[in-house]
Amino acid sequence: MTILQIVLGAICVVVAVWLVVLIVLDRLPGDLLYGVLAVIEIGLVGQLVIGLTRVFGDHGDLNVAAYVGYLVGSLLVLPIAFVWSAGERTRSGTAVLLVGVIAVAFLFLRLQQLWSYR
Amino acid sequence: MSDHTPSTRHGLGRVLVFVYGLFAVAATARALVQLATDASKAPVAYSLSLFSGLVYIVATWALATDRRTVAMVTILVELTGVLVIGSFSHPDDIDKASVWSDYGNGYGYVPLVLPLVGLWWLWRLGRREADAP
Repeated sequence: MTILQIVLGAICVVVAVWLVVLIVLDRLPGDLLYGVLAVIEIGLVGQLVIGLTRVFGDHGDLNVAAYVGYLVGSLLVLPIAFVWSAGERTRSGTAVLLVGVIAVAFLFLRLQQLWSYR
Repeated sequence: MSDHTPSTRHGLGRVLVFVYGLFAVAATARALVQLATDASKAPVAYSLSLFSGLVYIVATWALATDRRTVAMVTILVELTGVLVIGSFSHPDDIDKASVWSDYGNGYGYVPLVLPLVGLWWLWRLGRREADAP
């Protein structure tokens, strides 16, 4: 796993815990949380660039289609979660963000698996 | 907060639609990659993979638009699919797997739990409305 993925994965875990606390307390996320989500999204763009560099370099037996699919797919998760959660400013909307953050963390593991099994 | 009319897309349904949407994209994209890169390797498994993607797409749409009968039928198909495929597929066949293989083990068993939550959600909505005057 790249250092970027470890850092982003750690941020995802922190944000997930944060969202759980917000859901339990029935409070809505503030600008700070949205800012951190934006940072994760920027990190994911960085991950795409690093991933593409790997794919164009010596990548052995890597499943390129799946790898690039995960890289691009991971960019879509948080924006869609944000829009869909904004449609309902309740605990449920916040829970959508939680699912999105967990999904992104899961995608880091999948990318790591694909890279190590190449 | 609950000024929405009851519908399959509000409350817990908001979360469900998002999770179904994620699986719709994940399963469909996975199947298309599998079929496009080496369809001959496991055509049956890959076709089932594509079928599971289509089921998730329909379920997402039905839950998002409050089409309860369609949602109910689709989720029952989904539950049957994950139980049948889960019972037949071999966990070591990672390359030939669909999202339903080994009861969705590769996806944290979410594919197994999701239809149960979906059915419970539809049942609860129905009950709530039957109780309301």
